[in-house]
Amino acid sequence: MKSISLAEHSVREVNQLLHDQARELTEGQWRITEPDGRHALACGLDQELHVVIDGHAGYYCAGMNQKATVEVNGTVGVGVAENMMSGRVHVHGNASQSAGATAHGGLLVIDGNASARCGISMKGVDIVVGGNVGHMSAFMAQAGRLVVCGDAGGALGDSIYEARLYVRGSVESLGADCIEKEMREEHISELRALLAQAGMETNPAEFRRYGSARQLYNFQVDNADGG
Amino acid sequence: MCGIVGLYLKNEALQPRLGELFQPMLLAMGDRGPDSAGFAIYGDDVGQDRLKYTLQAEDPATDWQALADGLEADLGAAVEWFRNATAAVFKTGADPGQVRAWLRERAPQVRLMSVGHSIEILKGVGHPRLVAERFGLARMQGTHIIGHTRMATESAVTMQGSHPFSTGHDLCLVHNGSLSNHNRLRLQLEREGLEFDTDNDTEVAAAYLTWRLAEGDGLTGALERAVGDLDGFYTFTVGTRDGFAVLRDPIACKPAVLAETADYVAMASEYRALAGLPGISTARVWEPEPTRVYVWEGSPQRSQETGT
Repeated sequence: MKSISLAEHSVREVNQLLHDQARELTEGQWRITEPDGRHALACGLDQELHVVIDGHAGYYCAGMNQKATVEVNGTVGVGVAENMMSGRVHVHGNASQSAGATAHGGLLVIDGNASARCGISMKGVDIVVGGNVGHMSAFMAQAGRLVVCGDAGGALGDSIYEARLYVRGSVESLGADCIEKEMREEHISELRALLAQAGMETNPAEFRRYGSARQLYNFQVDNADGG
Repeated sequence: MCGIVGLYLKNEALQPRLGELFQPMLLAMGDRGPDSAGFAIYGDDVGQDRLKYTLQAEDPATDWQALADGLEADLGAAVEWFRNATAAVFKTGADPGQVRAWLRERAPQVRLMSVGHSIEILKGVGHPRLVAERFGLARMQGTHIIGHTRMATESAVTMQGSHPFSTGHDLCLVHNGSLSNHNRLRLQLEREGLEFDTDNDTEVAAAYLTWRLAEGDGLTGALERAVGDLDGFYTFTVGTRDGFAVLRDPIACKPAVLAETADYVAMASEYRALAGLPGISTARVWEPEPTRVYVWEGSPQRSQETGT
């Protein structure tokens, strides 16, 4: 495993090293030390690297990830794994706002809490949160699955298109067009698989499922003056 | 954009190092707010019978000694003073209304930054590094400190528009965001007898807290009520003589991170600003929740989170 310190190298140098290795794939295992909250760490990776960030990361950590596995031994700032396409990002701590925003694929695991707007506009990513998520999570979610082992804040799934939301604890309020749905055997089994992938030992039968009522898909004259 | 930072010491042994610990926090937020900066430091408390007046004058040749002598002669109260770059701190037991009136009349070129038993506000236009170095921040001692790096949006880049804003004794506030109902609120507060130096939205938030505290609210109560009365985007960090508080609006678009150890509570817009603090790798680090009031109050030994 190669170890590189951000106390000695710039973010640009470190990201370039990861991109170079990605092309040659001569060194697949990386450890980044002294991140000290720097932004845009391990962004744009597109090969099967395994990167461990030892400490707290800043904004947009592991953004646009493809194929790579990125682990953070600390907290992350706004927009972790935003626009991820594939691969796995695992935060062994709390995440700030907009975790997994617009992500198309892959798995984002947050062991702690995620704050507001977790999974905003998610387009196919799977997100598993060990703790709570803040308000407006899964806002305008289009595809993928959001699993919350704790509680969800206000306006969960507001203006949701598709995507399945599983919450174990309380939901402060549901957003427009988001409703509770029946938890069938197929949902319990997909949830069991997701929890296992994320390494969470939680009983899938304790969750409730939420999703789209599909009432906002088409223009309805009854809603013309509504807010 | 703007950056805000705060450091509240729980361990008295760190008080001699307050400025040294805080300066890197302020500078780390320089690229969130490069046009001006300021900080409010609490310490060197003058006791109940006197107040400290932190003054600033653009003219480096300002004769502070003559001002102190004049104030002493006209108001009949002893004035102890020291100078720090473009600022001076006057300590006196004279009536605060008379001191303000005297300064307005006899020293119109001098701006009053803060009044209180403990607070000193130092701020200015320029990169945070220049402002910190101008006032020797790294050598300062105290109990707690809050600071701001500004990227102006609501009003001009001037020393008066820089944060922190103080509108009452020992109370000050730094703000990341913008308020949308500050004009109407300013009119209401003026009817309550509050005075404003600028057209800045943040000064209104500071005045609102001053008003609520004067009406008998505690710091926690005043901030809880602020959530209903202030409209707009905000992450606030607030300092009082012995208190420190953080509040975010319900939407919570403006960033904030808190860290706490047995020795201190630290707040910043981004974690980067906290990275150099002692013991940070084992500190509790979390994002404050929207509309929840976080308050630490009291002597350093018994400070605790008292918010709802």
